[in-house]
This record gives sequence, structure tokens and C-alpha cells, in this order.
Amino acid sequence: MVTNITNFGRSGLSDWLIQRASAVILALYTLFIVGYLLLHPNLDYATWSGLFGATWMRIFSLLAFVSMAAHAWIGLWTVTTDYIKPTGIRISAQAVIILAIFVFLVWGVQVLWGA
Amino acid sequence: MSMLQVSVYRYNPETDSAPYMQEFQVDTQGRDVMVLNVLAMIKEQDSSMAYRRSCREGVCGSDGMNMNGKNGLACITPLSEVVKGGKLTLRPLPGLPVIRDLVVDMALFYKQYERIQPYLQNDNPEPAIERLQSPEDRDKLDGLYECILCACCSTSCPSFWWNPDKFVGPAGLLQSYRFLADSRDEATSERLAELEDPFSVFRCRGIMNCVAVCPKGLNPTRAIGKIREMLLANAT
Repeated sequence: MVTNITNFGRSGLSDWLIQRASAVILALYTLFIVGYLLLHPNLDYATWSGLFGATWMRIFSLLAFVSMAAHAWIGLWTVTTDYIKPTGIRISAQAVIILAIFVFLVWGVQVLWGA
Repeated sequence: MSMLQVSVYRYNPETDSAPYMQEFQVDTQGRDVMVLNVLAMIKEQDSSMAYRRSCREGVCGSDGMNMNGKNGLACITPLSEVVKGGKLTLRPLPGLPVIRDLVVDMALFYKQYERIQPYLQNDNPEPAIERLQSPEDRDKLDGLYECILCACCSTSCPSFWWNPDKFVGPAGLLQSYRFLADSRDEATSERLAELEDPFSVFRCRGIMNCVAVCPKGLNPTRAIGKIREMLLANAT
């Protein structure tokens, strides 16, 4: 057993499962957005705004944001532990990454519900 | 005369400040000999050349090395399989400290092997003759017990290169699953509890270098997948 305290789920198994589940959600969201843009070649503001005004789309988008946050945390945490060996630089990098993820998540929520 | 150009990694920490590549011309007399035979011919030219070997038939696992960029056992690798453009480059197994020339320090590799407790654990009183196993249960161990611990797989794995102290590595995990899959072993939950952290098993990214190089044709990636399945079944 190797002890870790800065990974997302405090367990390799939970990180692994969340990484896969969030990847599926992000793939579905990407497919949906790309498909939507392809099906609406003359997209105007009202249609786009209407899409994001719908409750189901807000739930879907927030789900994708949260998935992105978890996915990025787990993935970048893995990269830092692979390649950054000095502890001070590694912890600093992890702190910056986690802070950025938090900022982007709150910012995303504000974009979704702020308007 | 059919000369083979061989470039060999040389390093003697007592006399060399840094490792270097030494060129040899070896006369193979046109025969498709094994890489180990070529090393013997090199040793005749330069007796200071150091490498490990023992059984010379792919059973002991001593002569694992990197031949033209791919790990394998020198004794069962014919020149026709590795030589490209009449040139052969021999390096020690990557990622482990070099003791001298092609001899590496396997301490970390063995430490990870030791960590997975590679022995049968069963606290029930021993039966008079032996612990029986059904033919079906015995079949589950095929493809697992044959490992000879040559370290070709673990030293071809980038996850093991970056974290050899934390990631068990393909060789250790293959043996870990060998005991997890054994119907006679009773320490399954204790074994799984030791493996669920982000490094021991989950640092495997499934690139299958281990499968590509295993001289015994074993599949550590599949065993790692089975361990993940057991961990998942145990925790959901």
C-alpha cells in the first residue's frame, strides 16, 4: 500500500473508476455539442441561449463540468507524480492545478446560471 | 568471413567516469547464432566484458538485456530476429542502476516482487497429503506461474521507470494475480487491500510493452485487468 493525500479520491480504485466514468460523460457531451453545431449551421444567439436555458441542458453541462474537473485532477495528478520528483515543486504544481480546476468550475457554473 | 558490427554499452564504475558504447567486429561465419553466443565471442576479444548468463536456454532468466532497442533473453534470441542492417546494439535492461556493463542491480525489481507476498497463504490445517484443486481451478494458473523473473517486462514499462519504488510492475503484478487466482490461497482480501492505492496497480496505463517483450509469451496486462476486476467487484 502506497499512501497518497493529493490524489482526487484518496484511492487508486476510485480514481480509476471516476476517470473512466467522467471520460464517457465528456465523450457524450462533446458528441452532443459537435452534433448540435453541425445540425444548426445558421445558429443564432436566441437558439444557442435557448439551448442553455433548458434545465436538462444545464444539468448535462454541469455534469460535464464536474466530470472535466475530476478528470483533469486525476490525470494531471498522475502526470505530476510521474515526472516531477522534487517534493516542493510537485506539491506547488498540484496546488496550482487544483486551484485552477476550482476556479474554472465556479466560473463555469456562473456562465451557466449567471445570465 | 561474415562480420557483424556489434555496439555494446560499457561501464565500469571503478575506472569510467561515464558509460560509453564500444564497437566490436564479430565473425559469425554466416550462422544464425543467438545473441548470447555473440557475447561469448566478444568476451574472447575483451575479457573485461561483463554480463549475466547461466542456463543459456531461456529458463533461468539471467541474460535479460536490451537488444536493438527491445528487451529479451540473449540466449533464445537469434540474430535473424534482432539484427537490422548488419548491426547489433546491446544495452543493459533500461531503468535499473547499472553495476557494470550489461549487469544491472535488480534490487528494486525483487523488492516489488517481495511486496506482493509471492507464496501461498492458507491458515487451515494441512491435509495429510496435499491441498487439492479441481482441474478447472488449476487451469486458472496457466499463463501466470511460468514467469521466470527475467525483468524484461518491468524494465520495458515507463510506469516502472518513473516509479520503481511504488508501482509493482508487470512481473510483480502477474505473480500477484497468480496467487489471487489460486483457489487454495485464503489471503485474497488482504492482498487486494494492499493494491488499491493509485500506484501499486493503477499506475499501469495499459500500453502493453510487457506483453510485447515477454520471452515466455505471458500477458501481464491481462493479469492486471483481472486484478482491477477483482478490486472493483470487492469495492462496489
